[in-house]
Amino acid sequence: MLRAAVGSLARKVSRSHLSHSAACRISTTSSCQKDVDYMDFPGGKVPFTEDLAWLGPGFTPRPTIPCYRALDSQGAPLPGTSLPHDIDQALATRMYETMISLQAVDTIFYEAQRQGRFSFYMTSTGEESTAVASAAALNPDDVVFTQYREQGVLMWRGYTPLDMANQCYGNALDSGKGRQMPVHYGSKALNFHTISSPLATQLPQAVGAAYALKLEGKAAVAACYFGEGAASEGDFHAALNFSATLSAPVVFICRNNGWAISTPASEQYRGDGIAGRGPSYGVPSLRVDGGDAVAVYNAVAEARRVALERRGPVLLEAMSYRSGHHSTSDDSSRYRAAEEMAAWRARDPVARFERWMAVRGWWDEARGVGARKAARREAIAALAAAAKQPRPPLSEMFSDVYDEPPPHLVAQRAEVEAFVRAHPETLPAGMPLE
Amino acid sequence: MAAILRAPGLGAVWGTVRGLATAVRQAEPATAGLDAKQMNLCSAVNDALHIAMDENPKTLVFGEDVSFGGVFRCTVGLAEKHGKHRVFNTPLCEQGIVGFGIGAAAQGYSPIVEIQFADYIFPAFDQITNEAAKYRFRSGGEFDVGGLTIRTPYGAVGHGGHYHSQSPEAFFTHIPGIKVVMPSGPRETKGLLLSAIRDPNPVVVFEAKMLYRTAVEDVPTGDYSIPLGRARIARAGSDVTLVGWGQQVLVLEQAAKELAASDGIEAEVIDLRTLLPWDADAVAASVEKTGRLVVSHEAPLTSGFGAEIVAAISDRCFYSLEAPPLRIAGYDTPFPLVCEPLYLPGVQRVVDGVRRLLRA
Repeated sequence: MLRAAVGSLARKVSRSHLSHSAACRISTTSSCQKDVDYMDFPGGKVPFTEDLAWLGPGFTPRPTIPCYRALDSQGAPLPGTSLPHDIDQALATRMYETMISLQAVDTIFYEAQRQGRFSFYMTSTGEESTAVASAAALNPDDVVFTQYREQGVLMWRGYTPLDMANQCYGNALDSGKGRQMPVHYGSKALNFHTISSPLATQLPQAVGAAYALKLEGKAAVAACYFGEGAASEGDFHAALNFSATLSAPVVFICRNNGWAISTPASEQYRGDGIAGRGPSYGVPSLRVDGGDAVAVYNAVAEARRVALERRGPVLLEAMSYRSGHHSTSDDSSRYRAAEEMAAWRARDPVARFERWMAVRGWWDEARGVGARKAARREAIAALAAAAKQPRPPLSEMFSDVYDEPPPHLVAQRAEVEAFVRAHPETLPAGMPLE
Repeated sequence: MAAILRAPGLGAVWGTVRGLATAVRQAEPATAGLDAKQMNLCSAVNDALHIAMDENPKTLVFGEDVSFGGVFRCTVGLAEKHGKHRVFNTPLCEQGIVGFGIGAAAQGYSPIVEIQFADYIFPAFDQITNEAAKYRFRSGGEFDVGGLTIRTPYGAVGHGGHYHSQSPEAFFTHIPGIKVVMPSGPRETKGLLLSAIRDPNPVVVFEAKMLYRTAVEDVPTGDYSIPLGRARIARAGSDVTLVGWGQQVLVLEQAAKELAASDGIEAEVIDLRTLLPWDADAVAASVEKTGRLVVSHEAPLTSGFGAEIVAAISDRCFYSLEAPPLRIAGYDTPFPLVCEPLYLPGVQRVVDGVRRLLRA
């Protein structure tokens, strides 16, 4: 009712603009002094044209947004690259070691899931540098929202393989109390909002968080990660539009890895990827080679600077390839060619970064081998330690639904505890009552 | 929308209710002694919002068209007094409004978001049920969005048709992790809304839009709150228990008056106030006394919240019940335009239902 009324009002306004101007144009004895060449619309000034001209594919296509990179596909530095943010040896070493650790965890944890040690896992294979290099360019005060394939961000911030193993096992040391599926990490101390499965829901949330940071006067941004498939959700649209109109300092980082489970990007959108959408929302946008840690670091550091300086949003699209399966519940050989996967695996982002470090004399093979061995040992030890922990007590099934359990939850907790006392065999192994 | 509310032509059923609501009601003991003034429900909401924004600089108010005062005038004067950075319009996108509110709440803010009509809350259903409600639980208590309050006008308005009349509360009472509040009048609304805003859990408050302008009563001008999760005995009685919430409480009160006058039946009317978590003890205590239960709501019958009350009370009060519990509700159709007077569970339907029940 109300909406219809508002809509018709808006149409009337725009019609009156048009008809007035048209009358002036066709009049030969017009009293119109001089016609304006734009429409002064509440949404902004719109220039007029006499050409009935379509814009877009098949008519006047815009050029594809280029992909910013600093390294070639083999890791050789490209001359003339704009690199406003320096990566020194200490930073590069830490980035490298974090990527190595992420790869080791992914390999070992994936295998552990295949052996049935826990229920589910998702790897970051092919996208290690997107997560780690972007995290390195953020400030610890920046608040992070992610989708689920960004555990490298958490690892950069200090989340250990043991923390990850505790969550995957859902044991008593899991800060999430064993309530969510594996890889749904979160850490208040590390400013990393707990992951949830529904795709793209975190996008408008990150905008609200960024707005709060702005009101508090903090020199911090909200960084929000998502895949190109999630960008098809309505929440992407909501987030981009809200971030622009409400001037929220949020850095959107899209991981365009070409696939949303079995759906190739060609069936996901027909525009110029995700970066192509940003300017239409009034959001400055940039496309970057997600497999190039040097480029990702520079792009994100610059995005953060721009977001803080302008107190507004920035959109990055990190182009990469999901070299692993979607998850442990997926066999991606059923929908994509082995050659395609092999070609991309050959562009391993960690190997690219290694070569860049080698050019600078910051890396040697023996050290790399040692680091990989140590990372594997740590991942294996983490799984062994996590497996020994008890589960969270049954009572935690009812806590945190609300701040305090209301009477009906108190009663239901008593009911399940009575049931378990009558049938002790139904209590999951390793789970105490209290 | 204000023009619509002022327009004549409310159905006969609502005509009688409006007469009742306009009458000044006695202040409850809890608020007795406080200075009071005549307010309609919309002014009571506005008063609560001003108090909340005064007491907590992290309280924000946003939604569609709230900046100029709102299409129902509930947010009048807030932007001028508290600043456009705290009271602002959003783009027209309900999932964005709630998602944005969740993000601000997760950073420790207290966003009071407005969904223009409860009929349009469904685009935000995912953000409410999968996100806001589970934020604390899924993070093991590390994060929460307890500061979030969602206000939305609900219910029949005389001629709102499908999308300006709905009562979607039962969709939300099925969501562990949120609270659902439905106040019945101006004084109740102010006290319950202040509790909802201060409650450390996400709360959805459905405001009776029929009553925004038509219900006028003495409302304390200062700060007071009404606890969530506690029902109110709106009228004491001994023969039958009538349970309702929101604007339906006025229908039940009117029906109780008629039953007393015409049949000598003394009905106890319970204003449930909070639907999740709901005050089963209060309803059970009443039914233990009266032996008969009628639940009435505007929303459709099947899977309406009345079903939950009837099931729970049948379980708790089985041996005290002298007749099968009765539900008097909207029919299982979309909310109709020209048939609204027949669709609604008005006074006459309630009176007829109670008479049948007492003959049983």
